[in-house]
Parts: sequence; C-alpha cells; structure tokens
Amino acid sequence: MALSRSGRVRAIVLVTGTGLLLTACGGAKVGEAQQPAAGGEGKNCGTFNLAINPWVGYEANAAVIAHVAEKNLGCKVVKKDLKEEVAWQGFATGEVDAIVENWAHDDLKKKYIEDQKVAVSAGLTGNKGVIGWYVAPWMAKKYPDITDWNNLNKYAPLFKTSESEGKGQLLDGDPSFVTNDAALVKNLKLDYKVVYAGSEAALITAFRQSEKQQKPVLGYFYEPQWFLSELKLVKVNLPAYTEGCDADAAKVACDYPPYDLDKIVSKKFADSGSPAYTLVKNFTWTNDDQNLVAKYIAEDKMTAEEAAAKWVADNPAKIKPWLPPAS
Amino acid sequence: MTTVAVVAARLPARRYLLLAVLALWVLGWAVFEGRDTLGLGGAELTPLHTSLNEGMDAIDDSRNSNPFFLYFINYVRLFLDEAVTFVQALISQPSFGRPLPVLGWLGVVALATAIAWLWGNGKVALLTAAGLISFGVLGLWQESMDTLALTLTAVVLSLAVGIPLGVWAGLNDRFNRLVTPVLDFMQTMPTFVYLAPLTLFFLIGPASATVATMIYAIPPAIRITSHGIRQVSHDTLEAGASLGATGVQSLRHVRLPMAKQTIIVGVNQTIMAALSMATIAALIDAPGLGKTVLKALQTLDVGTAFNAGLAIVIMAVVLDRVTSAASRRVEADRRAGRLRGTRRRRLELAGAFGVVAVLGYLSYTYVWAADFPIQANLGSYVRQAADAGSLWVQDNLAAYTDALKNVLTNTLLNPFEKLLTASPWWLVLAVAVAVALLVGSVRAALVTAAGLLVLVLLGLWQDSMVTLASTLVATILVMVLGVVLGVWMGRSDRVDTVLRPVLDAGQTMPAFVYLVPILGLFGPTRFTAIIAAVVFAAPIAIKLVAEGIRRVSPTTVEAAISAGTGTWQLISKVQLPMARSGVTLAASQGLIYVLSMVVVGGLVGAGALGYDVVAGFSQHQLRGKGLAAGLAIVVLGIVLDRVMRAATQRADVAAHGGVTHK
Repeated sequence: MALSRSGRVRAIVLVTGTGLLLTACGGAKVGEAQQPAAGGEGKNCGTFNLAINPWVGYEANAAVIAHVAEKNLGCKVVKKDLKEEVAWQGFATGEVDAIVENWAHDDLKKKYIEDQKVAVSAGLTGNKGVIGWYVAPWMAKKYPDITDWNNLNKYAPLFKTSESEGKGQLLDGDPSFVTNDAALVKNLKLDYKVVYAGSEAALITAFRQSEKQQKPVLGYFYEPQWFLSELKLVKVNLPAYTEGCDADAAKVACDYPPYDLDKIVSKKFADSGSPAYTLVKNFTWTNDDQNLVAKYIAEDKMTAEEAAAKWVADNPAKIKPWLPPAS
Repeated sequence: MTTVAVVAARLPARRYLLLAVLALWVLGWAVFEGRDTLGLGGAELTPLHTSLNEGMDAIDDSRNSNPFFLYFINYVRLFLDEAVTFVQALISQPSFGRPLPVLGWLGVVALATAIAWLWGNGKVALLTAAGLISFGVLGLWQESMDTLALTLTAVVLSLAVGIPLGVWAGLNDRFNRLVTPVLDFMQTMPTFVYLAPLTLFFLIGPASATVATMIYAIPPAIRITSHGIRQVSHDTLEAGASLGATGVQSLRHVRLPMAKQTIIVGVNQTIMAALSMATIAALIDAPGLGKTVLKALQTLDVGTAFNAGLAIVIMAVVLDRVTSAASRRVEADRRAGRLRGTRRRRLELAGAFGVVAVLGYLSYTYVWAADFPIQANLGSYVRQAADAGSLWVQDNLAAYTDALKNVLTNTLLNPFEKLLTASPWWLVLAVAVAVALLVGSVRAALVTAAGLLVLVLLGLWQDSMVTLASTLVATILVMVLGVVLGVWMGRSDRVDTVLRPVLDAGQTMPAFVYLVPILGLFGPTRFTAIIAAVVFAAPIAIKLVAEGIRRVSPTTVEAAISAGTGTWQLISKVQLPMARSGVTLAASQGLIYVLSMVVVGGLVGAGALGYDVVAGFSQHQLRGKGLAAGLAIVVLGIVLDRVMRAATQRADVAAHGGVTHK
C-alpha cells in the first residue's frame, strides 16, 4: 500500500512534469499584451466611490453615471453595494462620494446634511417618484370603479386572505419605504387590514400571481419601477394630496406626495472639484430614460455595464450637457 | 412539544395539571379577549425605542473622539482588511500589478485537492476537485473564490479566538457559565440589527463583513471545543494525575489529544456558520456569491440566484465532507496509535506539494490555467432550468399550495395566535410560568417570568406573541419531519445516501434563492415564513434524530427482533425511546434554527418581530425599534431553550428511575 501510494505520487509528478514541458512553449502568459485600457488622459478625476442602493432603478442611474465617468472623464469608479442607511453613513466615514437616487429620507438629511454637515444635496435626478396603492390590470378592467378609494369598502370582501382577519387585505411594503397606510386605513374608515409583505420581491411576486391566477391583490407600490413595464399596475386614487395634508402622520387622510428624487454627495466630494462631481450634479433624465435602462437590466438580463453602454451609445445628445465644460 | 408529551406521559398528575392550566387559559381568553393585549402599530414607537435610537446616535457621534475606537477598533479593522485582501490577492482578485490573482484555477484546484487527500482521503479529494471545477463550470469562479477567501479568513480567525476560549470554558466552570449567555446572544441576535452599526466602526469593506461573519461563527467553535474538553473521562485524567502530570501537561497530552476529534467537528460547524453569512454580508458590500444572489433578487431572477446558491451549497458540501473525513481520520489514527512523520507520510507530503507547486506555477504563468476557460461555462443551462422549474411550480401548483396554506393557517396557526395575542398579557405570562414549572423546573419558571416581563418592557409584546405562535408551529412541523424522516434515514443507509445531499442543500442554500418560488406558491403570508423556516431547520433535526437512532446499540435491536417485535413496534417501543436524547437535542436545535429564520420570515410576510428588524435596518427612525425587536428574539430564544432543557433534564431523571446525574 505504502509503495503503491508513493508510486502513484511519482507517476503524477511525472505526468505533470511532462505536461509542464509540453505546455511551457505554448499558451498566452498572464499579464502579457493585456495592458489595462488607459482612460486617464491626464484628467485628475481619481477615484469616485459610488453607492449602489439595492433596486434596479437606482442601478440604472448609477450605471450610466459610472459609464460616463469612466469613459468620458477617466475616473476610477468604485461601486459599493449598500443599503440606503449604510450608504448615508458612508458620507460620515468618507467612503461614499455619491448617492444618485434618493427617496426623501428627511431624517437622514437632517442627520448628515444639517447636523453633521458631511453631505450636501446635488440637485434632482429628474425622476418623479410616485407612491400609492395599486391593483393588477385585470382587476381595473373587471371592476372599473375600483380605482376610486370611495369604492374600496365595497370590494373589501374580495381581498380577504388568511392573514387579514376577515377584512380586506392591503399588502404593504418594502420596509425601505415610508408608509402611512395603517393611519390611512383608519382615517379613511376602510374595512382593511395592513399586512406587511416585507420586501419588494414579495410585492412583485404577489402582483404577478394576482395577474396570472386572477387573484385579487391590493398593494403598496411605486414608480419608476422596472416591474411596471412587465405589468402595468393601475393606481387607486386616494383623496388628492395637498400641501401639508400629511403633516401629522397619525391623522393623514390623503394620497402620498409626489417625490422629486434627488442626488446626495459627500461634502468632501463636492469641494474636491472632481469632474465626477460636476457630472453627478448635472446628471438629469426622465422616468422613460430610467425605465428603458432598467428594462435592459431586469428583463433583457444585460449587466448594468452593458445596459449603460447601450443607452449612452444611443443617446449621445443627452450626455453632453452633463459633462464639465471642456478643459 | 415532544418533551412536553414525554414528561406528561410519565407523570399523570402533571399531565392533568397541564391540561387544567390550558383549559383555564382558554377560559380566561374567552372572558378577557382583547384586553391588555399591548398592541403597537408598524410605525409606532415607544419612548424606549426613541431613546435606543438616540443612544445609537450618540455612539455614532463619539466614533471620532473615543480612544477605544481611535486606537483599538481602527487597528483591528486594518488587520482584518489586510488579511482578507491578502487571501483575495492569492486566489480571487487581480493583484501585485497582474490582471489575475497569484494562483489561477488550476493551482487552487490542485492545492485544495492535495489538502483533502493528505488530511482526508482519496474520495473527498476527488469530491474537492470536482466541486471546485464546478464553480468554473457554473461560470462563477471569481465570485466563488471571493466567498472562499472571506469565509476562510473569518474561519481561521474565529478558530484562533474560539478554540482557546473553548479550552478555557472547558476547564473552568465559572467562565463557562459566564460565556454561555453571551454565545446565546451572539447566535440568536439577528445580524440585521448590528450590520449597519458595524460599518460605522469597521467601515465599508472586508473588515465589517469579516466581523459580522465571526460574530456568528465563533460560538460553535467555543461551544464544541468546551464540550470536547469536558468529555474527556475522569478516569483518564486521574490516571494522568497519578503519573504526576501537571495541569498544563494533562491539558497538552491528555485532554487536547482526546478532544481533537470533537474540536474538528467544531471546525466543521464554524465553517458552516461562516458560509451561511455569505449572503447577508453582501448587504454591506462583501464580495462574492452573496452579491450575485442579492442582485438577482432585485429583478426576481430565480435562475441566476439559484446558480449562485448552488455554488454555495457545493462549497459547503465540499468543506463539510473534507473536515468530516479529517475528523474520522484523526480518530482512526488515534485508535490505531499510528504515528505521524513516518517515511511514507513524508513522501506523500512531498509528492503532493510537488505536484501542487508545478500546477500552481502553471496557473501563475499561463492564462489557460489562470483564468477559467469561458467555453466550459454551463451556468446558463442551470439558470434556464431553474427558471423554468420555478415558473412551472408557481403556475401549476399554486392552487393546491394555496389551499394547503389556508387550511393550516385557519386550523392551526390562527387559533393559536389568537390565543396568544388576544389574551391579556398577564394571563399569557401566568400560563407560561405555570407550564414552565410543570414541564421544567423552578429555575425555568423564573427565567420564563423574567423573559416575558422583558418583552413587555421592550414594548413589543404583541409582535413577540405573533412571532412566538409562528415559531412554535414551525418547530412542530420541523419535529414531525424530523422524527419521520430521521427514523427512516437512521434505519436505512440507502435512504441516508439519497437524503443527505438534499438536507445539506436545505441547510446551506441561502433563503434568498427560494424566496421567490415559495412566495409564488404561498403568497406573502406567515405560512410562507414558516415554510422557509422548516426548509432551513428540518435538515438539522432529521440528521440529529437519525444519528440518535443509529446509536441505539445493534444488540438491543437484534434482541428485540428475535423476540418477534414488528417493525412498527421496534421503532415506537425500542428505537425512538432509546434515541430520546437525540430527539430532544433535535427539538432544541430545530427551535434555534427556526428562530434564526424569523428575520427572513419578515421579508416574506410574517410581519411582527422579523419585520420590525428588517424595517429597523432600512429606516433610520425605526432602528431603535429594530434593536428592541432583535432583543425580543434573543429573549424568546433563551426562554424557549431554558424551558426545553429543563424539560429534557426532568425527562431524563424520570427515565432513569429518579436517579439524578449530571
């Protein structure tokens, strides 16, 4: 046994040795003839730390900005996959330069922009955020008056589930988004119970199954969102939003305000004079633009980089105003 | 629940008392329904939550002035960052000015295979080679190596900390008592609670990910090492002492060698725990397969998530089999009294590392051996198959699964939850204390009372009761599966061979991979959360029951068979009762595993504590509440564990005719 084992070892050594000799003359060598593409061109952009928050719309913004920063400005872009909270903390620790799609977050703005003064706003992205209650298209077709909140109680029995204790179920959200839904249900005297789905994946799957199995689902959702290009959910109109109608969270009885999504950068980055900062500040596009890139990523299964490269190649005119004045 | 049954069967008076308590509970519920239930809405906070929030803010702000952070934490962070980056440079990331890591795929495969062969055996060496090559075939070589680098670094550091502490805990009772609740805390506190604060102290990067992983991976190392040290028999120790061995000598020459096999089991469990953090750590930018899984979840891309999850499962199975083989080999060598360092062994070592050196050099130099050939990428087929499978299941089975969900929710979960949540809190507390006293001990009853009062103080009573109801229902399902499949598996080696890889997959496949299909089947409900918990917790229960059945002495079984006992009788009268300690261990481990899925449950519609934790991780103003919810989960875990343990002890005492023994 001992002999045969060491014999085997010797055999292996021999075989690999021969293999080595055979291959020694052939095959490309590591590091040979593959110099990294020199994109620097002397512009002092340096490293640009871009937070990537975990939703596809954000990733679309970030991918396009990263693509332009790398190709046009010669920056070294470091993407960091982070939840919003952690990304904001990154301003304080100096590890994040920019967040490029922010949904309100007034408490974080207060903490990091006003109190700690480590972050500053870099203007709007041009995307309009909408939050509200939605139903699948088949429901809006079958029950046309369901899109008026006044009729919700009439349909409450449809939305009964094992979770809703005999009432209608209002499927709430992704924990990342602020919701007033429990107060809304109470203040609008709706015969519904708020059930927390707990993640975007859960909401999307619920709506998908709703359409496929013709199962009634009323749930919290938001635009822009790639899923809406797969299934055009229909918004239920709550009492219209007026300035200040949501001032007291416990008494709120109106729809969610329209959100102007914005960009936040670290103070240090804003003061650095980096061309990447100018790019972030100037960046603005429409919901349709974002939806297109998001569709490339989510449905056509492109990587974020491929999707951005395609969109940028197709829309050179939209990029131009984002770039710093030619130096 | 099984323990309750076991105890009750032996003590008729207690059984009636228990029934009386439950009857009183139902009566009290009917009378007082809806009073003092201490509900708290999703976005509502108590003063405690607000002050926890402020406390956390204060710690955040002192980060730059507190010397503890400036000197201690910063150096730890630097060290961890360097350690992980170094391993990454070796196997996963472009390094030292080269476009590829130092060791290419061929080198890594050769090295891992050699290690598996030298310290395990030929079979696991083959498995290692096949497993590692499959990462490349799935098209995930670099991601897998990133995960491996992070996991291995975390494991090595966990062991460096855990084994010495484990030895200490094994030798010193007082330290053991001190450290046990800390370990409970580390294992049951949901990672989401401390993930965001970690990045403040250790910054975004490998250090935070390593610390998060270590917090979860150190406890098994300490616990199992201490257990191994304690197991060494008194006679052996006394023999050593009579030969004049000092404390240190007896540790080095008697305890450690005899505990070696158990310690390797600890290594094995540490690796599994570390690997199970791969996905969660990706939330703070940890590189590797976890990122692939999370990215895929954003677009509900089941195929891609499954592909990456499969790589994690393969990695876990390879690491598990290699460490298990190493542990068996250590034991076999010790029994046979074989000596290391013989000529043959030296030849083996030299030969194997010679081959590794050659292949490593090739993979350092040539592109074909460094970069996994892209033509061999079969990942897209796996992705398509998983997509198709998930879609088919959701389209065709949803009607049945929905019905099943409704039946079980309405008959089992809802009534039980109603009883817990709609009774006044003081009634539930009184009932719980009485039950703990009846099935367990006075001590257990005290722990129960204290624990439930803490839940009230945390302001999360009702959420805790909702979570408790789901947890207990899930544990019952886990134990039903555990006993049925465990007995089947313990009695047949063939079943074992077939079932074991499935169980391994259930235990190590990240829940994020199968969230979408089970959501499609059961909708965002508490039941979905229960299913996710069962998928994760049943494997460990099944394995432990099977282990218990297998350990029943074959002579007893043969004697029973020759006495004409039928199969059914053999199982129910001989094998299960004799494997009782295995079954109770399965129940308590199953429970802990179910609790560790509470947060995942929050992502799929379970609401309550799991959702509170997730929301606290996502929204700044809710993080105090998230912390409180995390504490509530820890409290639930400790209370249930202590009651279960006391019940087991009582059952043991009863079974051994009232003779107390430790």
